[in-house]
Amino acid sequence: MKIPRLTDTTLRDGDHAISHSYTPEQVRTIVKDLDEAGVPVIEVSHGSGLNGSTIQQGFSKHPELELIKVAVQTAKNAKIASLFVPGIGTSEELRKAADLGISIIRIAVHCTEADVTEQYFRLAKELGLEAVGFLMMSHTQPAKVLVEQAKLMESYGADCVYVVDSAGALVPTGVRERVSALKEALSIEVGFHAHNNLGLAIGNTLAAIECGADQIDGTLRGLGAGAGNAQTEVLVAVLNKMNIDTGINLAILMDAAEEKVAPIMKSPIVVDRDNLSSGYAGVYNSFLLHVKHAAEKFGVGVGEIMEELGKRQTIAGQEDWIIDVAVELANKKGVKV
Amino acid sequence: MAKVKVAILGSGNIGTDLMYKILKNDGNMELALVAGIDPKSEGLARAKEKGIATSHYGIDEILEDSEIKIVFDATSAKAHQVNAPKLKEHGKFAVDMTPAAVGPFVVPTVNLNEHLEEMNVNLISCGGQATTPLVYAVNRVVPVHYAEVIATAASVSIGPGTRQNVDEFVRTTASAVQKIGGAKIARAIPVFNPAQPPINMTNSVYAVIKEEFDERAVIQSVESIAKEISKYVPGYRLKGSPIVDYRDTPWGRLPTVVIMNEVVGAGDFFPTYAGNLDIMTASAYQVGDVYAAHVLSVKEGAR
Repeated sequence: MKIPRLTDTTLRDGDHAISHSYTPEQVRTIVKDLDEAGVPVIEVSHGSGLNGSTIQQGFSKHPELELIKVAVQTAKNAKIASLFVPGIGTSEELRKAADLGISIIRIAVHCTEADVTEQYFRLAKELGLEAVGFLMMSHTQPAKVLVEQAKLMESYGADCVYVVDSAGALVPTGVRERVSALKEALSIEVGFHAHNNLGLAIGNTLAAIECGADQIDGTLRGLGAGAGNAQTEVLVAVLNKMNIDTGINLAILMDAAEEKVAPIMKSPIVVDRDNLSSGYAGVYNSFLLHVKHAAEKFGVGVGEIMEELGKRQTIAGQEDWIIDVAVELANKKGVKV
Repeated sequence: MAKVKVAILGSGNIGTDLMYKILKNDGNMELALVAGIDPKSEGLARAKEKGIATSHYGIDEILEDSEIKIVFDATSAKAHQVNAPKLKEHGKFAVDMTPAAVGPFVVPTVNLNEHLEEMNVNLISCGGQATTPLVYAVNRVVPVHYAEVIATAASVSIGPGTRQNVDEFVRTTASAVQKIGGAKIARAIPVFNPAQPPINMTNSVYAVIKEEFDERAVIQSVESIAKEISKYVPGYRLKGSPIVDYRDTPWGRLPTVVIMNEVVGAGDFFPTYAGNLDIMTASAYQVGDVYAAHVLSVKEGAR
């Protein structure tokens, strides 16, 4: 079986889970360990991508460009990647990150909106970056639509397109259909990014690998938005057992997860009621802390907000609708807002 | 009643919706000409059907008619860069509906009267027309340190021009949130949502305030400007009263006024969910109509 390339995104997806509070020192420590362990790609940026420090997404405690700079300086072998969401980031931030020495940009859009990425893929290639497309909320669309969208990205110069299970709502059959379809239709690489709301992050990643996924994602201790991701150290252990040799040092990863990442976490990431209801309703994982805030402020339940957000077909970047939904639910209950 | 002759340049969807608005309302404008570049365009056919003179030679016939005083440019930013100096030279007031922004930004409820002596005004963007007056309404009560606007529209209502240049929307709208809204620092973020059936345009404004303020006065100011806007964009409304939420910001934990708004289109040509397009054509109509009234009153005064 082909050995997929592993991207660790603890320092990007995990940023959501700790309310965007990474310090340069934490970044230095985690990058050092991941790099030593032989993880080939390390993603660093605001959880919502470059320039994501906003009220809508949550402000970063430390300027992300400083964090990226530290990561680039620390990594000896690993490539540093950043996430980029058109509209949150603009060409200006993409250029700045490239100037700091990132090697890879992962351009993320809702999985029906690939045509807004053209300007950024072209720029990324001009800047000499590896450019990866991220089709977010891939569970909302059938394989056929994802193929059309992925082909657009390919035509703009993408080196790889990911099926991104942002809501952790896919089951292995759904992953297989989507990844296989992309593998068949594209001449570039295909990736898969998992979330663990249904307890399937590792399982779904394996399903993707079986279907030929060239790139996969993980986070140490699963530190990612909402229910978190495929746990990097577990993934490497599992792949070792399957005789898929990633060349990554498991012992270093286990120590890093235990000693460096776990202490940063507010609480262990588990599939609790909130995360399960989020995944079950097909809601974007980074909404979680915003939903909790609104639930508390307006005296309504996390689960009912999640359910309504799912019904309204909200997508990444619509954190403002959480307030709208919470206020409406509160009004229905006669709670004074 | 005397009317001012106007022309629409660009026979695409925006131009067509605007045409229906001018024909529907008995204001100060008389639509004299719709000009496009494609003789087979649906927009020109619809204009003919309504008995309006048409031209498929672009701007030329508009320039030749000295009676035409106001021109709505519904082409593209690139085309408007070329059209703007020609219109000015021929003494025509240009209402620029493209992102070219040759002239100053205008929002009818905020600063239109300041710019009636200009020859070219720009309508910012859909998100700009919808949100900058809300920021302005907060800022006239208490200074807004930071404003962030989220403009969400149905995917199907977003044309290729916007899709190929998201940067432009972000830059232009954020700049207007500062210049028109008065925020010291500003961000603007578009969201294109593909839900079926399509969603109405919705906008959210976060206004971070650094000093003590009278919440009631802010709410009243916002509600009153929303009412003003709804006079020319009938489907414009607030979703509930503005609320004050405390948020962690780079300037500390600060009160943040959260305003949510929805724009339902009038359905003149666009489907009603496309409030983002309707607010552009409705604002263009309003700017043209106010300018036309100004022209008429100047004439009246000269007599």
